Amino acid sequence: MPKFTLHINGLQKVIDTEPDTPLLYVLRDNLELNGPKFGCGLSQCGACMVLVDGSAVTSCMRPIASIGDSKITTLEGLASENGKLHAVQDAFNQEQAAQCGYCLNGMVMASVGLLNDNPNPNDSEIRDALQLNLCRCSAHTRIIQAVKTASKNLSGK
Amino acid sequence: MIELSKTSRRKFLRDIGYISVGFPLLSSCFGEQDPVVAARVNYEGDLPGSMRNASKVNAWLHVLEDGRVMVFSGKVELGQGIRTAIRQVAAEELDLELDQVEVHLAETGVTPDEGYTAGSSSVPNSAMSVRYAAATARQKLLELASAKLNIAEEDLILYNGKVKSKKSNQSLNFAEILEGAQIDMEVTKPVPLKIKSGYRYVGKAIPRKDIEKMVRGEEVYIQDLRFPGMVHARVLRPAGYQSKLVKVDDSGLSTAISGIIKTVVNGSFVGVITDREYQAVKAEAYLRKHSEWTPSPSFPKQETLFAHLKSIAEKPQSIRNEGDITTTPNGTDTFKASYTKPYLKHGSIGPACGIAMYDGEILHIWSHSQGIYPMRRAIAAMLKMEQEKLHVIAVPGAGCFGHSTADDAATDAAILALSYPGKHIRVQWSRHDEHTWDPYGTAMIMELEASLDANGKIKTWKTDVWTDSHSMRPDNDPATLLDTRYLENPVQLKGRGYLGGGHRNADPYYSIPNMQVNAHFFNGPLRVSSLRSLGSYTTIFSIESFMDELAEKAGKDPLEFRLAHLEDARAIAVINKIQEMCNGEKLEEGEGIGYAFSRYKNTTAYATAAAKVSVDRASGTIKLLKMWAAVDVGEIINLDGIINQIEGGMLQAASWTLKEEVTFEDNKITSSDWRKYPVFRFSDIPEVEVAMIDRPNEAAEGGGEVSMPPTGAAIANAVYNACGKRVYDLPITAEKILG
Ligand code: FES
Ligand code: FES
Repeated sequence: MPKFTLHINGLQKVIDTEPDTPLLYVLRDNLELNGPKFGCGLSQCGACMVLVDGSAVTSCMRPIASIGDSKITTLEGLASENGKLHAVQDAFNQEQAAQCGYCLNGMVMASVGLLNDNPNPNDSEIRDALQLNLCRCSAHTRIIQAVKTASKNLSGK
Repeated sequence: MIELSKTSRRKFLRDIGYISVGFPLLSSCFGEQDPVVAARVNYEGDLPGSMRNASKVNAWLHVLEDGRVMVFSGKVELGQGIRTAIRQVAAEELDLELDQVEVHLAETGVTPDEGYTAGSSSVPNSAMSVRYAAATARQKLLELASAKLNIAEEDLILYNGKVKSKKSNQSLNFAEILEGAQIDMEVTKPVPLKIKSGYRYVGKAIPRKDIEKMVRGEEVYIQDLRFPGMVHARVLRPAGYQSKLVKVDDSGLSTAISGIIKTVVNGSFVGVITDREYQAVKAEAYLRKHSEWTPSPSFPKQETLFAHLKSIAEKPQSIRNEGDITTTPNGTDTFKASYTKPYLKHGSIGPACGIAMYDGEILHIWSHSQGIYPMRRAIAAMLKMEQEKLHVIAVPGAGCFGHSTADDAATDAAILALSYPGKHIRVQWSRHDEHTWDPYGTAMIMELEASLDANGKIKTWKTDVWTDSHSMRPDNDPATLLDTRYLENPVQLKGRGYLGGGHRNADPYYSIPNMQVNAHFFNGPLRVSSLRSLGSYTTIFSIESFMDELAEKAGKDPLEFRLAHLEDARAIAVINKIQEMCNGEKLEEGEGIGYAFSRYKNTTAYATAAAKVSVDRASGTIKLLKMWAAVDVGEIINLDGIINQIEGGMLQAASWTLKEEVTFEDNKITSSDWRKYPVFRFSDIPEVEVAMIDRPNEAAEGGGEVSMPPTGAAIANAVYNACGKRVYDLPITAEKILG
């Protein structure tokens, strides 16, 4: 089986796998990361989101052979080394923005991706950025609030 | 409105104080002054059903070696925050810090058998059992400490895990008191319960500890469990409900796909085991291509589904018959309306997963089933094994909202584990199978008929409800598990499950002198089971839509009309509250507000919902702008937890109301992914506001389902008020506004 070198959460990992294996399966099955979740495998729900070079994308249909040198960050890679949570993680906890939490990985990653691009999004920009992400428990209003709180905390207001 | 406390724990401790105001908190920790301990009052009421088979203290709690307490519950975490609610009540009665309580959720042989985690029963059953067991334990710990220290009980203080003397420095922690034993005594009445005014945690907004783990990716879901040497598997579901396997050719499988360990064929059950997960995904696709199935018969036509359901219904059963509905008042008309609701999906964001390992003697199963003991009975019956040879551990899954596919995935894993012993086998369902093999919430029809008297009050009422079963949950009948119907010696379903869920709330909670309710049961074409709030969502959608129609006929304001038919002060209070919340809400052209009320099951929690919508008359587009709820669940355990549940319930029900419908054509379910079964996305989400009416002296009811039934009707009424179009057939779509 071919080998692939992934840049992930600040580390380099060499993976032995078939080239068509989607990134999600590599992250979960080979690298034993639990952050990204399997929700649909169809790029319809956002549960599997990761950051690729700082932008939030789904990982369930992205073959490992297409990743190249891109830098990948998963939920596990958001907190700083001393364990301090990223402002978005902190805000989701503060707002208690989850029920089962299965969608949370995608929500947090999509929000980080948004704030990377646009540190002060308004309500409709937040909704747009999260449009792909489904939450069946329907914690949406808290999630929107969490993104606002994170944005406020990041800009030190 | 109750303000959510979003404060740090320090502020939280300062705010709630501890019974006597101005008293230095946690002083026992500092060794100086003793805390004032809240008084106890004897509870003489009923003990919960869950205590029937688990009546001893040690069934519910153990003292750990370090003196902390482990609480057991037979319920599972589904995102409803039950772990936190149970921790709160245990810490409360035992005067512990929250951190001093661990919660162990369902595991066979370890926790009590509490049946299913369903029907908003976790708080009234599990949390209340823990409350009584903890209160009994506290009393016993005081008695034992008194004997050990030779100090009278009234000179002892039990606080933060210690029993200490008021007069000296002598103290013992709980483990020292018990010396390795547990409290093996019956919980009997009277139970000395903490006086509610002395509560530190119950009724407060306590943050859930698991959410912090979730944001770090550290919360472990069933899908995240890993065992050394674990292998992966997929099951090839049949081509249709009644398809049989003609042949499967796996001769080229190992050449086409690497990592193949084994194909398992048993009748029409086909599973494949691989080293890596994605290999199993590919292997399933390969086998699908290389298999042949008999065709399943066609479903009825979607367009004529309801006529079909009526045509196959059994003779009606009388559910309620009071007074005489044929007494039509002079000079008034009888009004009629008919409502329909399609099949709906559970739509969990995480498709089902099950893990099993057979060690040669015991079959271990990890599952996010809502009822691990009943599932164990079903799997044991299917495999013809003794129940004691199955060990089932509940692991959290994604929110599932009723009986979905968790038990089926566990069964898949169990079958494969027996054919490949010694390894942990992880079966993951695909989105396609999750969407097409889900036991849906059944389609329903409601026909209503009522007459008004001269004062505009309802004189007669008649409900006819057409429904399939509302629970086919696994239990003794092994055919409740999907696989049982496809194994070599297939077994078909014997019973019809819980039909009664279909007429839940079919009799209005209003004072009506003459009332008749009839249920017409059918055995419909799609697989069904329990979906959050069962029949209530449909019965209340219809009843509360009809109430608005009747109010209009009577020339009354819709809320006043409801109040005129209510005597229960708690029901009146939630209606008054919603009126107050929506007062002064401004409406633009094309906007409307609608209301609806229900008391869940007519015996538990009260909820009034309001919705504000705008409707574009030209395109039919409906925009849900805001929703409100005023809710009374009796005693509140976790204020933020219950609000979270109520908000989520309203939004999910709004999604059902405006978007959702299982579709089928020929012999296929066609709503097979999120594109073909759209649900609410962020662009659809309105503002939501919830007010709780706390009633600490009333029984604590669960809140997972209460907000769903009135939400649908509130939206339908709002749409009518916005544009004058009443929609009787769910979902309420632009097409129906124009039609
Ligand atoms: S799992 Fe990737 S979008 Fe759903
Ligand atoms: S919290 Fe359960 S799916 Fe979002």
